[in-house]
Amino acid sequence: MKELKLMKGNEAIAEAAIRAGADAYFGYPITPQSEILEYLMAEKPHERTGMVVLQAESEIAAINMVYGGAACGRKVITSSSSPGISLKQEGLSYIAGSELPCVVVNVVRGGPGLGTIQPAQSDYFQAVKGGGHGDYRLIVLAPQSVQEMADFVDLGFELAFRYRNPVMILTDGALGQMMEKVWLQEQKPRMTIFPDWATTGKTPDRERNVITSLDLDSAEQEKFNLKLQNKYRKLEAEEVRFEHTDTEDAEYLLVAYGTSARICQKSVRLARDKGIKAGLLRPVTLFPFPKKPLKELAAKVKGILAVEMSTGQMVEDVRLAVEGKVQVEHYGRMGGIIPTPEEIVDAIGKNFLK
Amino acid sequence: MAENTGIKDVVRDENLVYKKTSVLTDKVMHYCPGCGHGTAHRLIAEVIEEMEIQSGTIGVTPVGCAVLMYNYLDIDMQEAAHGRAPAVATAIKRLMPDKYVFTYQGDGDLAAIGTAETIHACNRGENIAIFFINNGIYGMTGGQMAPTTLLGMKSSTSPYGRDVHMMGNPLKMTELVAQLPGTWYVTRQAVHTPASVRKAKKAIRQAFENQKLKKGLSLVEIVSNCNSGWKMSPVDSNKWMAENMFPFYPPGDIKLEGKLVGKE
Repeated sequence: MKELKLMKGNEAIAEAAIRAGADAYFGYPITPQSEILEYLMAEKPHERTGMVVLQAESEIAAINMVYGGAACGRKVITSSSSPGISLKQEGLSYIAGSELPCVVVNVVRGGPGLGTIQPAQSDYFQAVKGGGHGDYRLIVLAPQSVQEMADFVDLGFELAFRYRNPVMILTDGALGQMMEKVWLQEQKPRMTIFPDWATTGKTPDRERNVITSLDLDSAEQEKFNLKLQNKYRKLEAEEVRFEHTDTEDAEYLLVAYGTSARICQKSVRLARDKGIKAGLLRPVTLFPFPKKPLKELAAKVKGILAVEMSTGQMVEDVRLAVEGKVQVEHYGRMGGIIPTPEEIVDAIGKNFLK
Repeated sequence: MAENTGIKDVVRDENLVYKKTSVLTDKVMHYCPGCGHGTAHRLIAEVIEEMEIQSGTIGVTPVGCAVLMYNYLDIDMQEAAHGRAPAVATAIKRLMPDKYVFTYQGDGDLAAIGTAETIHACNRGENIAIFFINNGIYGMTGGQMAPTTLLGMKSSTSPYGRDVHMMGNPLKMTELVAQLPGTWYVTRQAVHTPASVRKAKKAIRQAFENQKLKKGLSLVEIVSNCNSGWKMSPVDSNKWMAENMFPFYPPGDIKLEGKLVGKE
């Protein structure tokens, strides 16, 4: 039965994982996302659905547990925050290189290094360009509400299994800690039939299954890389998700995701009150990135402002998408500071209305 | 008569006293002639065949010489990142508790980069088996010093011998994990003589059988030669191993049924 609850974003992710029929969660505590593991432990999902929850000795162990579980064809999820996600990059590269499905949540905090425990969007490059070694991509989903934190877990598993590819939910400490009402989906049953590639034990009716990212034959390894690239091109053709706000007559376009997009919705209204025709394009998938709608809008607007809680990372993809058709600028706050709607309106003025 | 006797006339059912186990594939192993890996692989495969658990076994291979083990065993296998096999195996066993799950790891994999994963899988008492091949050297990368390299032993990164002040001490991982409450069976074996092969096979069988008990982790160390890395002939390397490795890494049981051998 669907259920309406008031929850923190982190708790919504945890509850959504149980209801999505996840088989396992492996994680390691780190602020600002420890509520995910805490909620799961308190909820006893082994009694509710049989889901395995294990606190690993490190983020490295946790992501390799994800590898082991995913290779058995199971729905496995992990979560962490920026420094912990850096530790998971080796495992993510192996998971992508072995074409395993899984969901990884990054509740981003400011960096570099130990940085701060406050929210930021400074892990964009790491999330959308691969992150670990080798030519690979994650499917990256960027929620902007507690509702989407919950919804994207199930969507993440669906995409992960459809494409045999790791999915990252790229969110931040603000969305993780914020409480909102959330509709929780009905309990999905856990899978009972597993993909034919999974290591579930070699039965006499099939060849053995091997999960590996190794191929020492260069020609074969190149072929495999091209196969991955074809998958990413297919994702770009079929899975781009984005939202428009007031773009029909917009002269100045804000581009923002997650928490920044939420703030930019207010900025659009404030700008329009001042007579500035602003609009917002919000990428929901950061990979695949909404290049096409951006290119189309670039032909119609006078300027684009990428708003991010970083020194400017997504702005590079915006510039690549618009191919120099229009001026693209960046506005960002760092170190855990969340921009106000007013300062974003000021930034439109300073960059384009001098 | 004599000129008609070819190999095909000799290979008859009534003459067969020994054959390749069906759990080994026909793929030619890449190991250096004389290396212990091939024997260790065969013993694991024989045990799986004899216990009739081919469909019930999932293996996890390491990074190192045995990285391609999945080419040789006809079972479902996963190739883990360097040192992470115990974490990978933990998830497999937790998700499929009725399967037999093992890792096969070298000394660099298990005792250096994977130290944390090894200790914590042992300490949690995961119901898996770890087969630990200790040859005191990094074989695949070309003979560099391992955590298990003996003091004074030469390698490509300790060309004048391992110096304790500069490079620290060799690590007895097996004795270390035997101290942990999560280990049920810890033993050290070798595969350099027919007698040692028989004993090692018994230990491997025990490590598989123990998984039915669900009482904790079984670790079987196999002290092995690396004739290429040690720059010796296979025969000399086995002799050197018995004379130099065994005094520091003595073969024998260390922990039986959750109790340290020789302690009350």
